Amino acid sequence: MSEAGDSIVQFDNVGLRYGTDREVLSDISFTLYPGSFYFLTGASGAGKTSMLKLLYLAQRPTRGAISMFGHDLITQPRKSLPNFRRRIGTVFQDFRLITHLSAFDNVALPLRISGMGENEIQKPVADMLEWVGLSHRSHARPATLSGGEQQRVAIARAVIARPEILVADEPTGNVDPEMAVKLLRLFEALNRLGTTVVVATHDVHLLRKVPDSLIMRLDKGKLSDPTGALRYPPKRDIPRREVQP
Amino acid sequence: MALGPVIRRGSPRFGSSASRMLPQARIAGPMPWVIAIMIALTVMAAGAGLSLSNVAANARAEIAGGVTVQVVEGAPAARERQAQRAVIFLTGREDVLSVRRVPDEELAALLEPWLGDSASQSEAVPTPALIDVRLSGPVTGRRLRDLRAELVREVPAARLDAQAGWLAPVFDAIRSLQYLAIGLVVLLALTSIAAVWLAARSALGSNRDTIEVIHHLGGTDGQIARIFQRSIGMDASLGGAAGLALGVGAMFVLGQQFAALGSGLVAGGSLSLGDWLAIAAVPLAGVLLAILTARITVTGALRRML
Repeated sequence: MSEAGDSIVQFDNVGLRYGTDREVLSDISFTLYPGSFYFLTGASGAGKTSMLKLLYLAQRPTRGAISMFGHDLITQPRKSLPNFRRRIGTVFQDFRLITHLSAFDNVALPLRISGMGENEIQKPVADMLEWVGLSHRSHARPATLSGGEQQRVAIARAVIARPEILVADEPTGNVDPEMAVKLLRLFEALNRLGTTVVVATHDVHLLRKVPDSLIMRLDKGKLSDPTGALRYPPKRDIPRREVQP
Repeated sequence: MALGPVIRRGSPRFGSSASRMLPQARIAGPMPWVIAIMIALTVMAAGAGLSLSNVAANARAEIAGGVTVQVVEGAPAARERQAQRAVIFLTGREDVLSVRRVPDEELAALLEPWLGDSASQSEAVPTPALIDVRLSGPVTGRRLRDLRAELVREVPAARLDAQAGWLAPVFDAIRSLQYLAIGLVVLLALTSIAAVWLAARSALGSNRDTIEVIHHLGGTDGQIARIFQRSIGMDASLGGAAGLALGVGAMFVLGQQFAALGSGLVAGGSLSLGDWLAIAAVPLAGVLLAILTARITVTGALRRML
């Protein structure tokens, strides 16, 4: 592993295949830096979701090396992975809300997993639901929420524990433009606090909404680098923002 | 909006929220009922095994050192003479604790079911004189042979047998029934494990999405397993309590019916406080077994996930 420096994620010649099929990702190499905002774009089937699966540790690569938070993930024992996952917030494309839990309990899940007491979680979860405009729906089950509401609950769940990396798969796909901008502002707020954000999207309009963002493009499992985000040293300065306490 | 603090603390418990992680079927589901039936059968089998063990222990204690002397002589006067001589001979020995001549009336009452009233008509059917002897210490084969030889020199019509000898088939039968009870308890425990294993596998399958989400959010195998342990532990506790009540109820009814027989042998099978405590431990063991099985099943399945 080279050039890790102060990187938060580094992929070196990573390949991924499911079973005996051809590789869905080939020779992927890039470096992500703390406090940066990345868009991952590409057509449907380009491998965006597979790439994100590697990032949120749902999948091991079939070849290559991945370093995260300064640790080589390939050699990490399985039992240490939950501690890595707790540092990553994930917005799944299909939301993956737990159907028998209320919106409140879904959002509270990462805090409960982390061991926070019931009285400690009430306020942050209520605040988060208020921010995504769902205070009045906190007791509603996912089945009774609209697609956009479910998406906002999924996003609230992903950011509630202030992850170091936020990985979002098409996070604005089911919300109106106004809410999409609002959610992006939430990601930016999190980004300003030092979270590295990776948003997979095929919506080119979204890219313009975050001027300081860097773009990675996937095409048939190969990565291209239109903004020089992946070069070392980078083509342009990675935005360095003051981290708020 | 203030974002929450960064949180990452080991593998804590979910606490009271764990019960909400999985949808609970409780008594509407089959699991508590399956466990209740298993526990009830196990309680009955364990109770029967303990009762038989007590029967055997009491009977053994009662006949330990017991020897029966029969004076087989057709002529009543000679039989009486020889019986008295046998009693005197045995009473004078240091290794004999007690000698009791079985009265003729008691002997006639014993034989009446087979011989009818004629058993009491002293000479209609000649019956041997019976002497119940209790020796100090166990009756070994050599001791029995020596005593027999000395007795026959004094009383030629005497025949001597250890009581344990003619009760041996009864003890063998009791021992077989005890093994059967132990076998039943083991089989029921294995069946319970299989039932819990199937239930845990089924719960894993139907809650796979929930498990994957908790897993992706940083839940450890231990945290996820504890959710299932809690769920199956609750089912097993409900089933165990119902099964214990059912099993003890059945044992009580059976105990009443056996007590009505008035048999000394059956009376020796009553359960002690220790036995009842052992029976009360059956559902507890069942709950622990269910929890352990659920944990092994769930962690085994989770290990196949990254």
